[in-house]
Amino acid sequence: MSAAPTLLQVEALEVVYGGAVHALHGVDLAVRAGEIVALVGANGAGKTTLLRAVSNLLPALRGQVTAGRLAYDGRDVTRTRTDALVRAGLVGVLEGRHCFRGLSVQENLVAGGLGRGSGRSDVRADLERVYGLFPRLAAKREVAAGLLSGGEQQMAAIGRALMGRPRLLVLDEPSMGLAPRVVEEIYRVLAGLNRAEGLTLLVAEQNVRLALRHAHHAVVLENGRSALAGSAASLRARDDVRSLYLGGAECPEAAAPPEARRRAPA
Amino acid sequence: MSPDLAFLIEVVVGGLLSGVMYALVAIGFVLIYKTSGVLNFAQGAMVLFAALTFVSLTERGLPFPAALAATLAAMGVVGLAVERTVLRPLVNQPPITLFMATLGVAYVIEGAAQLAWGTQVHGLDLGIDDTPIDLGGVLVSRFDLFAAATAGLMVALLSAFFRYTRTGLAFRAVADDPLAALNTGLRLPRIWSAVWIAAGIVALVAGLLWGARLGVQFSLSLVVLKALPVLVLGGFDSIAGAIVAGLIVGAVEKVSEVYLGPVIGGGIEGWIAYVAALGFLLVRPSGLFGLRAVERV
Repeated sequence: MSAAPTLLQVEALEVVYGGAVHALHGVDLAVRAGEIVALVGANGAGKTTLLRAVSNLLPALRGQVTAGRLAYDGRDVTRTRTDALVRAGLVGVLEGRHCFRGLSVQENLVAGGLGRGSGRSDVRADLERVYGLFPRLAAKREVAAGLLSGGEQQMAAIGRALMGRPRLLVLDEPSMGLAPRVVEEIYRVLAGLNRAEGLTLLVAEQNVRLALRHAHHAVVLENGRSALAGSAASLRARDDVRSLYLGGAECPEAAAPPEARRRAPA
Repeated sequence: MSPDLAFLIEVVVGGLLSGVMYALVAIGFVLIYKTSGVLNFAQGAMVLFAALTFVSLTERGLPFPAALAATLAAMGVVGLAVERTVLRPLVNQPPITLFMATLGVAYVIEGAAQLAWGTQVHGLDLGIDDTPIDLGGVLVSRFDLFAAATAGLMVALLSAFFRYTRTGLAFRAVADDPLAALNTGLRLPRIWSAVWIAAGIVALVAGLLWGARLGVQFSLSLVVLKALPVLVLGGFDSIAGAIVAGLIVGAVEKVSEVYLGPVIGGGIEGWIAYVAALGFLLVRPSGLFGLRAVERV
């Protein structure tokens, strides 16, 4: 695994919104081809901001990368338009799903194909593939996406991203607000794509237990900094992670002195 | 049918048909607003530019179809140029900045049109005579019917374009959720270009019909002021809303001019639409069909 090339490299990244609000100050992260990397942390830790930076969506949200480096497959992300990143295989699924609510499921998916610039036959083939992965979408292909359940909307959003034939799929809280059974189904499909096709995944999750179960590696964000990184198994085993994020019995203060909990950014 | 009733119907139908013309201008606004959030104040100037270009070309001896094609091309170029040189560099700026930019563009286009073609008033004859025809006791202007049919055809073409083409799908996606469209890899600048060209074509149709009605002159660009209450009423982001609101505004104007005019003095037509729109704002700020903004922060 460690021989695989690094697909996404984030170094000492800092992000400011509206020229005033510091959302990230010093995030490091590396995603190697073929890995599932989880990005975990509390609400407001900066997970969404980091993923927006990765897709170069910040300029549209009045945000700006002020320092650090962000590279995808040799490209400087901050200098590459989102649509160019998509065509290079970096495709994102936004927090809160963001389906085109007024468009049918099929139109949502086709739009994903248009984003990649797929020809008609590619779009047809990819549609069948997505419907195969998410049979519930196939049954509702003519239904407006806004009328779907939350889980189906998440599947439509992921399906739309898969229509872009990603190499690196970036997902922001795919489990948010969904029933456990639906979450299982979605993660089963994603993990299956990772195993069968080597699809690389970067997943932000508030549900740390879930994330550490599926991921190979994980990075913990705290207050806009990457506080901790390592293999999912080693993080699962750590007492402080258990107590802070996995609902351990101990209260956080008792777990370990802060110096031992935090690893300085590499 | 009693003569009074026939007269009322006549007034309402006349109002509805002139409302179609308002809707035509308003649709140009909606196209751009829906996809880029820009309230394009220059839409009226584009209407003037289109009408002036067309009429000047025909006066220089170009046959109707050639002049139409040339004007169409000119409108496409104008739309593209505005999008490329003014709005694209300002992307992600606050809406008020974009609005001010289009206000500036409006004056530049008006000035350029008059610099190129002169400031005198031109008549524009589309070859439709304006004699009323009798439809079951109600007199209806032949020209108004033609205008309504043209507008209807244009709306049908636009709808088909949005419904059945890939660019149309991309347009609807952007209008539905701009952030998601960007994230999906849709090339927003391309879509904006397409939309500005479309707005230019809509301006051409509106310019020809309004020009034939009022004469082609500077005041043609003031039709924007007629379109604003329509937009407030219909919602800035709804084509259907623009049509329905255009019809309502047209009918309200004519009915109040005829029936209220004698009571409180004439000239109601000029401002009643604004009063109606303001009253409506109090009840439904997002318009008849406008989307209510629900945002998760």
